[in-house]
Amino acid sequence: MKQLVKLLKSAPPTAIFGLLVIVVYVFVAFFAPVLTPYGESEIVGSEFEPWGEGFVLGTDNLGRDMLTRLIYGARNTIGIAFATTCLAFLIGGFFGLLATTLGGWVDQVLARVVDVLMAIPTLIFALLILTILGTSIPVLIVVIAVLDSTRVFRLARAVSMNVVVLDFVEAARLRGERIWWIIGREVLPNSMPPLVAEFGLRFCFVFLFISALSFLGLGLQPPTADWGSMVRDNATLITYGDITPLLPAGAIALLTVGVNFVVDWFLHKTSGLRDEH
Amino acid sequence: MTEILTMVAQRLALGLLTLFVVSLIIFLGIELLPGDLTEAVLGQSATPETVAAFRRELGLDLPPHTRYFEWLGGILQGDFGKSLANQREISELIGVRFANTLFLAAIAAIISVPLAVTLGVLAALHRNSFFDRSVNVVTLSSISFPEFFVAYILILFLAVNVNIFPSISNVSPDLGFWERVYRVMLPALTLTLVVVAHMMRMTRASIINLLASPYIEMANLKGLSRSRIIVHHALPNALAPIINVIVINLAYLVVGVVIVEVVFVYPGLGQLFVDSVIKRDVPVVQGSCLIFAATYILLNLTADVLSILSNPRLLHPK
Amino acid sequence: MSTDGGKHEMGEVLLEMRGLRIEGQSDEQWHEIVNGIDLTLRRGEVLGLIGESGAGKSTIGIASMGFARPGCRISGGTIVFDGIDMTAASEETKREIRGSRIAYVAQSAAASFNPAHKLIDQYSETPVQHGILKAAEAEQDAKDLYRRLQLPDPDNIGYRYPHQVSGGQLQRAMTAMAMACKPDLIVFDEPTTALDVTTQIEVLAAIKDVVRQSNTAAIYITHDLAVVAQMADRIMVLRYGDLIEEGDAREMLANPKEDYTRQLVAVRTYKKEDAAAAASERPLLDVQDVSAAYGNTLLVLQDIDLQVERGRTVAIVGESGSGKSTLARAITGLLPPLKGKVLFDGEELPASYKARSRDQLRHLQMIYQMPDTALNPRQKVRDVIGRPLSFYLGMDSQAREKRILELLDMIELPADFADRYPGELSGGQKQRICIARALAANPEVIICDEVTSALDQLVAEEILKLLQRLQDDLGVTYLFITHDLATVKAISDEIVVMLQGRIVEQGEKHEILTPPHHEYTELLLSSVPEMDPDWLDGVLEKRKAAQ
Repeated sequence: MKQLVKLLKSAPPTAIFGLLVIVVYVFVAFFAPVLTPYGESEIVGSEFEPWGEGFVLGTDNLGRDMLTRLIYGARNTIGIAFATTCLAFLIGGFFGLLATTLGGWVDQVLARVVDVLMAIPTLIFALLILTILGTSIPVLIVVIAVLDSTRVFRLARAVSMNVVVLDFVEAARLRGERIWWIIGREVLPNSMPPLVAEFGLRFCFVFLFISALSFLGLGLQPPTADWGSMVRDNATLITYGDITPLLPAGAIALLTVGVNFVVDWFLHKTSGLRDEH
Repeated sequence: MTEILTMVAQRLALGLLTLFVVSLIIFLGIELLPGDLTEAVLGQSATPETVAAFRRELGLDLPPHTRYFEWLGGILQGDFGKSLANQREISELIGVRFANTLFLAAIAAIISVPLAVTLGVLAALHRNSFFDRSVNVVTLSSISFPEFFVAYILILFLAVNVNIFPSISNVSPDLGFWERVYRVMLPALTLTLVVVAHMMRMTRASIINLLASPYIEMANLKGLSRSRIIVHHALPNALAPIINVIVINLAYLVVGVVIVEVVFVYPGLGQLFVDSVIKRDVPVVQGSCLIFAATYILLNLTADVLSILSNPRLLHPK
Repeated sequence: MSTDGGKHEMGEVLLEMRGLRIEGQSDEQWHEIVNGIDLTLRRGEVLGLIGESGAGKSTIGIASMGFARPGCRISGGTIVFDGIDMTAASEETKREIRGSRIAYVAQSAAASFNPAHKLIDQYSETPVQHGILKAAEAEQDAKDLYRRLQLPDPDNIGYRYPHQVSGGQLQRAMTAMAMACKPDLIVFDEPTTALDVTTQIEVLAAIKDVVRQSNTAAIYITHDLAVVAQMADRIMVLRYGDLIEEGDAREMLANPKEDYTRQLVAVRTYKKEDAAAAASERPLLDVQDVSAAYGNTLLVLQDIDLQVERGRTVAIVGESGSGKSTLARAITGLLPPLKGKVLFDGEELPASYKARSRDQLRHLQMIYQMPDTALNPRQKVRDVIGRPLSFYLGMDSQAREKRILELLDMIELPADFADRYPGELSGGQKQRICIARALAANPEVIICDEVTSALDQLVAEEILKLLQRLQDDLGVTYLFITHDLATVKAISDEIVVMLQGRIVEQGEKHEILTPPHHEYTELLLSSVPEMDPDWLDGVLEKRKAAQ
């Protein structure tokens, strides 16, 4: 506990800001039903009502309360992005560590397959697959996770590549340890810091990606509240100088900025290298 | 010299192979469509006769591999087939729009590349200075912004509050060059903001990495001037990573236009692509997807080849 | 000042440091790495700075140019070079002095040459940029210097790129580069440490020759007292940023005053007594006709035959590229040989370690060169030593705990080390943990791969003594792979000399070490620097006479 306080004291203001943002978002996402005045897709007024009493932030294009939708949006978008990132890490991390630890042709085959997959632009690929499979939350999660896992694979492979050549891993091999023991006890613990940082970055990417898909009308489907589609649905207001549609967009930006600040600090702390793409 | 040629040839071969695999994936999309495509297009009330005619027209009655090679062969000759939505030749649809997309990406690149490289080099040279720290915070934030957020903010300030640029980038083939540039200014600025941050951070990182190498310390200890060290010792070695950064970001520009085009209702390939995805106009989706993927792969391939060509160890083999 | 026949003309004071303090930054805190050093250097004098890692010798050397590496700063004291205070001088003044009046020769020439430019361009850059010579004159000078430094094909070698010439040649080209402006002072920062002994002697000779001829003052930094003995007129012994002893080179080597210096002088004199081989029916480890290669390339091992008797130490000695480490990999099964077989106690071992039984693996343990990478930084010492106990011997936690303490006692470390992480240990302590891990398996044979090369000399000697004691107590057999002949002399019973993947000579220690030698063994043995300051000249004369 003391260490934690000390750590926080040494953090730069950007990181403190980032941590605060994350805590607030998680809180809001958790207690969405308690914090909201209305139901998620309840129509409570007429279309595009202005900010004021009753509707703090006005209503949307169907007359639903903007604030309520924003808060539920936190829950839906963050939840799905988080689940997707976890899945991407399970897939990418597992195969990445397996590839380096086994080495040889397994590694070569996996690396080549991922090279090809990564040569296809993610957004284009995702749109193609969503055309084929149609849009639903499970499909969305699986498709994005699989596409994103290639990035995780590459990082996990790059990081663990530097670990598996170390003598303590060779010592474990020569001792006769099984592959799972080597991955779990020797390789994984020593590959953690860059992977943890990458988790933050991948989360941001997935989060932005899902928002972008929703914005295009191909992500989360109505009536689920979601920040990307909220921007799209209310975008016309912008041309009248009303900033309401910027709120969900800003909410997205704020969270990714926060996470990025924390990751930046973490990377600085562990002085790992940052893979920008 | 043969070593370098083999390496370049290998990359090219790998690129071709990738393109082939991508085309296969794109094509197999149709096969995997749940339900029948015909049903999706013609509706459930279609008579068996019309369905059969439709299938024949699309060649759906032929075995998959025959259709794949016909499709690929057609594309190689510039024939992408016909749109399901409006029966127009896809190559015509795509041609104009792809040119528009490239135009937008080019304008964005012309603004962003010099800006990003200059900022990146400056930040690296003045590492940990106030300038570096503030640039770090700003770029970190702008990487985190969704593209549509940046786009709408620009619209709000530059089109609504102060009416400098049009909020809708409507272009048609008969427009003059400068008029065109004027109309795509907002989407180009949006792309610039997004891509400069990335490019600048990567440039900074590779320069800092380079400045830490022992031969730079040696150059310092040889009493060389700062400008000499930068120009003569750092730059030749920084070229490869910087070229790499630029080309990768160019690839990102071309592919990343999708959202920006939608926001600004710009008649580019991205817009067409998204529309077709929503309409499930499969042949158009396939065609645009292939073009996007090919551009992306080609640019990344260029980055690979350029970085091989600018490596002194490979240029001057033992 | 100097008594030895005036081999240098020594003039007025060239460089004077007073109370020099340098701080380094780690974990965002500054701590001193040089604690107030006084140093005086006269024109034409060669000063040796010697010490183990962390002594601050390199930092001091580089500070003479008014330079501190990133993360370091000069925090106190003065550095006066020929009347100019380098701590107070402007960047412009320092820049004019660097390269032209004080030059630097780095440890790793391969990393310190810019890969993008030809050697000769990097040579002429200094005089041309300082406005001393024109490019054409500088190139002519370069060729002359290359010739004096005995580089092959001196007229053309300069037109090559750094990665196109060998390590020893690069180091000489770097010395030439440092001489380009005929500086008053050259700082040599461990210029031969990364080289093989037979290359080292050539580079040492070349450096000594040009320094002597041009009457340049030099600061020669090294951890090896025998090397500095050849080069320096005067020696300063440093430890943890403090001066331990300073004096005339010959005198200090003959009569070291301080304990620490005495230890340094006495290092490498440790020698195991000769022991005759016990007669046995069959060797414990029998390598028969083994050849191996990486991928489909050239053979790195050819027709290796090697027998190791129980309870003995066989040293495999060779320079880089001799295949000695590959031999270890072939024996352990990490690199299955292309042909030949490895027998353990008469029983043939499967070629790959993957096919070996747990017991076969247990009998053959390994200790590595770099204790830093041989231990998992995320495992406590208890887990490191405990794992073989439960894995091979199936011990329960109680038995394991007891055995861990025994093992810690055997390697002379206190019991509370069991709860430490490797990061909290020194290099020597880590290597001891590696030894304990190997012992935990109750092995018959331990392969020691350059186990002392990454350690400071005094620590290395302690490790050798420990290994010897363990052999005396436990009767374990060692296969000792090393490039260092002092280590070989210290610990081996038998010696195997390798060159380019083949065994050139093998036999009992006294046989190999007493003449007549095989040609290559002779070269190796005669290239190892000795404490005698006249050693280098003597060897070179002998070699010249032999030609």
